Amino acid sequence: MQLDELYKRVIMDHYKSPRNKGTFEDDAVSVELNNPTCGDRISLQLKLKDGVVEQARFLGEGCSISMASASMMTEAVKGKTVDEALRLAEDFSSMMTGEEPDFEYEDILALSGVTKFPARIKCATLAWNALKKGILEHAKHG
Amino acid sequence: MIAPEIREHFPILQQTINGKPLVYLDSAASAQRPVQVIEAIKRYYEHDHANVHRGVHTLGARATAAYENAREKVARFLGAASAEEIIFTRGTTSALNLVAASYARSVCGPDDEIVITPMEHHSNLIPWQQAAKATGAALKTIPLQPDGTISLADAEKVINARTKVVAITHVSNVLGVINPVEELAKIAHRNGAVLVVDGAQSTPHMKIDVRKMDCDFFAFSGHKMCGPTGIGALYGKKSLLERMEPVEFGGEMIDFVTLEDATWKDVPYRFEGGTPNIAGAVGLAAAIDFLESVGLDEIERHDREITAYALERVQQIPGIRIYGPTAHRASLITFNLDDIHPHDVATVLDTEGVAIRAGHHCCQPLMKWLGASATARASFYLYNQPDDVDRWIAALIQTKEFFGHAIG
Repeated sequence: MQLDELYKRVIMDHYKSPRNKGTFEDDAVSVELNNPTCGDRISLQLKLKDGVVEQARFLGEGCSISMASASMMTEAVKGKTVDEALRLAEDFSSMMTGEEPDFEYEDILALSGVTKFPARIKCATLAWNALKKGILEHAKHG
Repeated sequence: MIAPEIREHFPILQQTINGKPLVYLDSAASAQRPVQVIEAIKRYYEHDHANVHRGVHTLGARATAAYENAREKVARFLGAASAEEIIFTRGTTSALNLVAASYARSVCGPDDEIVITPMEHHSNLIPWQQAAKATGAALKTIPLQPDGTISLADAEKVINARTKVVAITHVSNVLGVINPVEELAKIAHRNGAVLVVDGAQSTPHMKIDVRKMDCDFFAFSGHKMCGPTGIGALYGKKSLLERMEPVEFGGEMIDFVTLEDATWKDVPYRFEGGTPNIAGAVGLAAAIDFLESVGLDEIERHDREITAYALERVQQIPGIRIYGPTAHRASLITFNLDDIHPHDVATVLDTEGVAIRAGHHCCQPLMKWLGASATARASFYLYNQPDDVDRWIAALIQTKEFFGHAIG
């Protein structure tokens, strides 16, 4: 097991310089999610308009994998319809079970190495679960 | 220090992890088992198993004898007055829940108080939160000093005539603080309260004497002291246990049953509804035999020396932050390294074959007090040697270099 397989350069770049970190000043769909087994937490905000995720921002506390994954997710969903965003979340889950889906935002592929570190999969999926929760709750409550 | 040959009793330690010999530094979460414990359980299942306290046949008698001998052994091990004061439980959590659900709920009312500390494990916090909510009692805390210890002066202020229960951990699983339980027992008793001690982290590492401590209840787990998982015990003073109602009902715990009503067996059986973990009790007895054959005083000295060595070495790493007091501490070191998240530290260490804990250690309020969302923890036991500490230190330096390079 090689550390470089997990901590790829692109992951460390997102960890060091997270994209879309922060909050929106005006209204946005907000969701908080934590991982009770380890204490990682993410606070995600989505700008949804006409069924499109215009922008996403996050704040969080967690390891390099969870924060890099959140950074990548907010980049990947930008401009996607909610259905496309949900599909991205599904594709990410399937990558965590060892499948090899394609991602238009290729940085995400760097996280495929997490599958070799089963204890860390929950770190990688936290932000994506927050995305799903945010979209589904918004759909339910309008 | 205990000779390194002790490792030969632990089959699990004879393996490589990720191509490196295993260094197990997570005994505070769960210790490993010597072959003596594994063999005792195997022997029990191969020769003596049947249900307890009901069979007329030979195996039933043997199983009952094995189970009750284990109870006697636990009573002696803890310094209890008699085996009737020992209730077998699934572990510390269920032991503390029993006291909270039965004793606390029967003695507490809206004008009463339950006293805890911010350093409690969730298992010695949430049962009291729930008991307080159910009875209307107030939950009070003895504040922590800057180094994470408590002061007896504060304890005197917080514990008063309204206090019915004081519940505290003997040894903190995060800070390594060893609490002054004997003095707390005196303060509690002077105010008419009982003292409940969470002994999960102390029992594996030091000689326990519940009568000298004069606590009213004491809980511990087998798996942290080389015994099986799923078995532990609650010690309670007999006079208190006799006043308590059972919280689980069923077979084994009844005296006389009609369709309308039932009466209970004497203590401790009224608290052990259902078929108990007989093999677990047998394994726990074997673990006690093992620890006593090494010597609890010897184990305490070994753990103190290995921890002192580890502290001395780890403090030399630039960017290391150690949580908890520097003196009079138990055999665990909770730390953070630079700004590297403890999960990342634990993952890098694992690739070097070094197993440590990372996370909130079931102590979320304490993590908040420390101002850390998570921490890493290395804990030591009788099978750890200075070379384990050296491997840990080398892996930490490697982690620092790796992350310094990756994000520097």
